[in-house]
Amino acid sequence: MIRSTHLPLLVTLATFILAYALCVYAYPSMLSTRVVANLLTDNAFLGIAAVGMTFVILSGGIDLSIGSVIAFTGVFLAVILRDTSVHPLIAFMLVLTITTAFGAAMGGLIHYLEMPPFIVTLAGMFLARGAAYVLSTESVPITHEFYDVLQGLYWKAPSGGRFRLIGGVMVLTFLVGVLVAHRTRFGQNVYALGGGGQTAKLMGSPIASTTVGIYAISGGLAGLAGIVFSLYTSAGYSLATVGVELDAIAAVVIGGTLLTGGYGYVAGTFFGILIMGLIQTYIVFDGTLSSWWTKIVIGGLLFAFIVLQKGLTWATQARRRAATGFADPS
Amino acid sequence: MKLRTTLLAGATALLPMTAFAADLTIGFSQIGSESGWRAAETTVTKQEAEARGIDLKFADAQQKQENQIKAIRSFIAQGVDAILLAPVVATGWDEVLEEAQDAEIPVVLLDRTVDASDDLYLTAVTSDLVHEGSVAGQWLVDAMGGTDCRIVELQGTTGSSPAIDRKSGFEQAIADHDNLEIVRSQTGDFTRSQGKVVMESFLKAEGGENICALYAHNDDMAVGAIQAIKEAGLNPGDDIKVVAIDAVPDAHLAIANGEMNATIELTPNMAGPALDALEAYLADGTMPPKWIQTESRLFTADDDNRAIYEQKKDLGY
Repeated sequence: MIRSTHLPLLVTLATFILAYALCVYAYPSMLSTRVVANLLTDNAFLGIAAVGMTFVILSGGIDLSIGSVIAFTGVFLAVILRDTSVHPLIAFMLVLTITTAFGAAMGGLIHYLEMPPFIVTLAGMFLARGAAYVLSTESVPITHEFYDVLQGLYWKAPSGGRFRLIGGVMVLTFLVGVLVAHRTRFGQNVYALGGGGQTAKLMGSPIASTTVGIYAISGGLAGLAGIVFSLYTSAGYSLATVGVELDAIAAVVIGGTLLTGGYGYVAGTFFGILIMGLIQTYIVFDGTLSSWWTKIVIGGLLFAFIVLQKGLTWATQARRRAATGFADPS
Repeated sequence: MKLRTTLLAGATALLPMTAFAADLTIGFSQIGSESGWRAAETTVTKQEAEARGIDLKFADAQQKQENQIKAIRSFIAQGVDAILLAPVVATGWDEVLEEAQDAEIPVVLLDRTVDASDDLYLTAVTSDLVHEGSVAGQWLVDAMGGTDCRIVELQGTTGSSPAIDRKSGFEQAIADHDNLEIVRSQTGDFTRSQGKVVMESFLKAEGGENICALYAHNDDMAVGAIQAIKEAGLNPGDDIKVVAIDAVPDAHLAIANGEMNATIELTPNMAGPALDALEAYLADGTMPPKWIQTESRLFTADDDNRAIYEQKKDLGY
């Protein structure tokens, strides 16, 4: 039986398949390994950050800092690799530690000071962007040979598509995210927290460590997304990835996760990302539409999904009321 | 009869060429429409492509490099014949340019260059940005003729190559003249609104009477700054000399009205030379030079700015 909580995920999946079919109908060359490989490579950083965002939204929170954290990570790596002889792997480790700690600190503030996540992560957004500007206002190229090695890691499909390392990292992140969300104690706690703090308390979930953990994961994954972005552009630029947090939120919602928390799937976000990538690809293939149509279509989709979610919530509540009314002896 | 034969001969002579041109599909990855100049470049590029019967696929990146990389990858997947790229930043193009080369699609850079190796692209059509800055600086040197002048500078988007080069060109031109000094320099992000805001802060910080000239990295910022100067009760073009770069219609109008003193043209027709080079290359493999430089012409009150304004105003500036 299809549960109503599965429905948004199924709608997302159906939307993706329908959208792809329409694209292929209009431009047969969109059915190629190149397009598929591009979708994975070009959206890798956004996808990784969106996994973190899914956890945050599942818990009923929001994280506005990720775009800035991605830019900070890129600039930090570029500057450290330019000015010191540190190996990139150690730099990766260092920056992941910083961004995870940064996320954890925001989680701590949200929990212990009982501040709204919106305000705390907004402050985090300004902090991280500011820190990136302080490190360098110019775009700093990364020329380390280890980067060339990583960028050279790809599998070239017979028809020319290049499946690059960073696309693989994104898919792997999603797989791990799915496992953590549905197969671990921590994952259960995230859902419980999103269902309502009171409920979570009654269920005996450790709210403090879960909240800190969620924002630490979001910060850490934004750091990973930053590493991927630096591999993608071979540079660190403090003006990069402005507004990526909003794209990530859009992907999560199009992926069928309830903005109020408690319901949703990490896998849905994956298709949310692919749908958004597909819209962009279609508009480039068309070549006459204004690129701003991407925003309009995504806006329309978002609206449709919010209405769908609201409708489902009503339907579930109505059924529950009907059920209790029936059971009521009076 | 004679007329008909001539027409027919003309048509047949043109036939193979148009048939060849109609087969061309070219992708154009544009940065965005942050300034009027860029909008004009887009209009002129579309006009040039249409005049040659080329199917132009246009992608606006909304100032984001990731969007440009995506667009180029999509062009490659689509199998276009050539790609025009106006890169938003200089760094980070190696990978995607290699993919284009691998797919044997020539790439021509428009109006900005990249840090990648030059065998990854066919040619770059740009103006010499440093030269533009030095033409502006030289104009001010000549206009001042040795009197002391405190200059404020409105820079372009931080880290972009026009901001860096126009700054250094201007500085080179005034370097040997001790009477000229840049007292404040800040980014106005190439936009009219930021140009106005930053100029207001300059006027407050320095005092309007202590500023003798404004050098803006583009006309849009200068037009915004002119507004700020007027609101501060001073006469732009007179109390504060205004020199900028691009020669957009509004700058010609401002010069005609005496509110601005000079502008250096950055021609929006980069696509013309680029498409000429591409057509020659695709037809018989003629390799163009690696750099095709466009002219940087100085316009002052001596030119008929009102007529130039009429010519340029419909280009989408």
